[in-house]
Amino acid sequence: MEEYIASGTLEFYVYGLLSEQENIEVNEMAKKHEEVAATILSIEKAVINLSYAVSPHLSAENYEKIRQKLIEKHSSVVPLEPKRGMSQYIGWAAAVVFMLGFAYQYIKYNEAVEQVHGVTAQRSKFESLLADAKKRNAAHEQALAVVRDTLNTPVKLDGQAVAPQAYATVYVNKTEGELYVDVAGLPKAPEGKVYQVWALKLDPFTPTSIGVIDDQDANSGVFKLENNAGAQAFGITLEPAGGSKSPTLEQLYTLGKV
Amino acid sequence: MTQEELLEQIYKKDSKAFTALYDMYSKSLYGVIYNLLKDKEESEDVLQDVFVKIWKNIDTYNEGKGRFFTWIVNIARNASIDRLRSKGHNNSKKNLSADNFVHILDHNTSAINKIDAIGIREFINKLKPKCIRLIDLLFFKGYTQQEASDELEIPLGTVKTQNRNCIGELRNILQE
Repeated sequence: MEEYIASGTLEFYVYGLLSEQENIEVNEMAKKHEEVAATILSIEKAVINLSYAVSPHLSAENYEKIRQKLIEKHSSVVPLEPKRGMSQYIGWAAAVVFMLGFAYQYIKYNEAVEQVHGVTAQRSKFESLLADAKKRNAAHEQALAVVRDTLNTPVKLDGQAVAPQAYATVYVNKTEGELYVDVAGLPKAPEGKVYQVWALKLDPFTPTSIGVIDDQDANSGVFKLENNAGAQAFGITLEPAGGSKSPTLEQLYTLGKV
Repeated sequence: MTQEELLEQIYKKDSKAFTALYDMYSKSLYGVIYNLLKDKEESEDVLQDVFVKIWKNIDTYNEGKGRFFTWIVNIARNASIDRLRSKGHNNSKKNLSADNFVHILDHNTSAINKIDAIGIREFINKLKPKCIRLIDLLFFKGYTQQEASDELEIPLGTVKTQNRNCIGELRNILQE
């Protein structure tokens, strides 16, 4: 392998002095042997640097001139001129071909425009789906953060007479004094009704409203409540929309002691 | 950016890819073209044609043929030699041999900023004169082995290995 690299063939390869057959051979060698590929890169780097180094100053306008040439060549319209001495039919034929070409382009153009519309509509649909998904994801993350926080003490609220299957959890963060409730275990509140969360002191029995849950499905069912230090128990009742001043105890869904 | 990354961009033919192509190679190609034509305006003109040609024929390049840089250097050399021929130099290659890329520096120090010029001179001064002649003929001017052997009066069989040693020196200087 070293002998092959030392032969000077790779330099000629980079210079572009090899025959097509020899090029193919070098390509294969480079594929098989890492050292060959690395040597080629190193040779190329050397000559690029050398030619760069000896290049005189290149005017800044040069780039713009090339761009102009490219734009002209790609979008210039070459007028069709009938050649002298030829039958006039050729002119007509050219006109027909031109018209057909034009019509074809016009149809293609319309198709493209329609496609663009379709794609744009689809895109905005995906964008709104994505926005929804992001919102939901943020809600889930918040819920997860609440549940995972080791500073939280969960208080289990068990189902009561009206709804024995129901359950909920209040999370008490002792350092921050913050309260969260997870109501995912409550049945869907009927139309015109909302769940209301109460902090209870037991002796004497004093209920304090610490939150009305307007949209049960939001935030993955996890809601921040008003702070309430010294609560001994928590309860959730079903109340008319907007909440009540004091709990309707017949509609007590869940209850749990701290 | 590597050749592969550039090519991926180029195949999409967006204007960013063109800018990248230009930034990566324009100076080097200009160096090669100027070394053949020895006229700045004319070289810029050829360089423009070369880039237009590269851009329009990019689909005919494939990596199986060799390095992309090799492909574009060939285009640049051929376009320069065509230009020389069209100006009536019949045996263009012979006319070329008198001068080499080091002369570019001598004629253009005012054009390059001074610090650069010193750095480049040091860089090239480290090459042996024999190496300058060899690299000039083979890489810059695209001479064949036979032509280089005749021109420099060295045995045909040693052209490749001598050039190999010269490029080895160049690679060492670059690594310092």
